[in-house]
Formats: sequence, C-alpha cells, structure tokens
Amino acid sequence: MKISVIVTPKKNVLDPQGVAVGHALESLGFPKLKTTRVGKLIELEIEAVDSPEFRTRLDQVCKDLLSNPVIEDYRYEIVAR
Amino acid sequence: MKVAVLQFPGSNCDQDAFHLFASGLKVNTKYVWHKETSLGDADLVVVPGGFSYGDYLRCGAIARFSPVMKAVQAFSQQGGVVYGICNGFQILCEAGLLPGALIRNSSLEYRCITCALKVETSNASFNPNFLGASVKLPIGHGEGNFRIDEAGLARLEANKQVLLRYENNPNGSLSDIAGIRSEAGNVFGMMPHPDRAFERFHPSMDGLKVATAVLATKFPELLKHTA
Repeated sequence: MKISVIVTPKKNVLDPQGVAVGHALESLGFPKLKTTRVGKLIELEIEAVDSPEFRTRLDQVCKDLLSNPVIEDYRYEIVAR
Repeated sequence: MKVAVLQFPGSNCDQDAFHLFASGLKVNTKYVWHKETSLGDADLVVVPGGFSYGDYLRCGAIARFSPVMKAVQAFSQQGGVVYGICNGFQILCEAGLLPGALIRNSSLEYRCITCALKVETSNASFNPNFLGASVKLPIGHGEGNFRIDEAGLARLEANKQVLLRYENNPNGSLSDIAGIRSEAGNVFGMMPHPDRAFERFHPSMDGLKVATAVLATKFPELLKHTA
C-alpha cells in the first residue's frame, strides 16, 4: 500500500514560512489570501495489511517522529495497490 | 567533575563545547559518539550545537532516536544534569526532556549576532545575584523561535523555568524566551552559545559563568568560588 502522511503547522502556531509564501503569491498578483500554510508530505510504500493494529502503529510513528505534536498536526491517506 | 560532550553526525559545535569545559573551566571533558549506549561516569552531559542529521525532517528530530539518547533519558531520570546548546536545545525539546519546540525564526533569516539576555531568577545559580542582571552571548540559528501552548507557558512561568530572555527578540520567541530548564531542574536548554563566549577574542566572556551556573546544579560549591 501507499501511505501519504501530511504534516501541517498547528492552526494556532505561527508559520513564518507560510506568511512569506503568502506575501510572494500576492506580489505575483494572486488574489488576497486569508491564510497560507506550508507543511510536508511524506510518502511511504509498504507491504502491509491495513488493519486497526497497523493504524495504531502508524499513528504512533506519526506522533513520535514524522510530526511534532507541540507544533504540528498530521493526517494520512492510505491507498491500497 | 566529568563532562561528556555528545557528537552526532552534523554536530559542529562539539569542539567549541569541549573547549569551553576543558580549557575554559578546566574540567575533565570527553566526547561521546552518538552510537554509544553508555555515558560512563559523566556528571554533566552536553548536547552541542550544529545541524545533527542535516536538520532533516525537523531540527533535532532524528538525533533524538540515536542510541546515546536512551542513555541520556535514563541519566536525566536519575537526576543527571543535561545541557543542550542551540541544536542541543532543539534535540532535548524533540526528546521531550524539555517542554516546547523551536520553529523557524519569524524573520525567516538565519540570525548570527551577539544578544543581550536578561537573567531570570530561576534557581540557585541562574539568577541576577550569580550571573548579573544581564549577560551577552552570541546566537547563530535559523530555528530558535520558541513555541509552547498557553498552559505550557503558564507552567514554565509559575515554576520559574525560564533562565534567560532576549532583551531584543531576534527570532520571534514567545515571551522572549532564550533558555529554559526542566521542571525537575536538572535539564537545561538555550539557543545562545556560551561555547562562543569565553576567550578574549570572543564577543564576550559571559559563557564561563553561564556554563558554571549549569555545573553548579551538581556542584553547588562552584557558587562560592566564582561569586
């Protein structure tokens, strides 16, 4: 299966990178933005069966390594092959 | 008195930290490679600055899983004194040994300047009596913007865990925080570099007393000698 883990800065955490990208978009003439947030996409490919146990392990690594829960949120999408 | 300076791939202030303790403070100092599983008989573990693992994923995120960090966790749980400088501070936050996290500077710039830092009354050595009202230390970082949730900040303030605050905030840190200690009082972290402030040719020599203030957690007799 393929797993896409999407990590974004928490809503209430300042995102200086997002602000800068937002300014650049506006200077390109893009319509006024309400918010711009910059996050990360982590793609995993693995031979595994999607089960509640597997999701528990996946959630664990998302919290321990792939995101920092103090400043970031994560979500993931799983696509079976 | 023995100091262990950790070395990760990408650490680049390990020699500065070694030199600060070995030549600046004349303490028996050794390096401990990140693959080691023991810290030996160290009294103080220093997690130095740099770009461990190229700052991949997040600053300090990968170093936190190095074998030596298990030993550091156990050492700190037994009350051992751990001191993270710059990237070391980031690693200790990622490892959960210190609260909060460090994100990109609000300016998006890497800041390399000497900062005046207000000394807070935190413990027996981090206070204006021992360190003076203000110290000057260099910083050099792109991710020193300290963040913590409201409840976490309230806890830091209530427990007097803030050690140093920027007099002119260079990075957007919440409440101007430059350095903190753990609630238990044995883990220290700061973005400024005492390891770049102890020689005559450095911008200041305040690093000596700041490093002494950390050592004094384990060796309170140091407070008398240098006060």
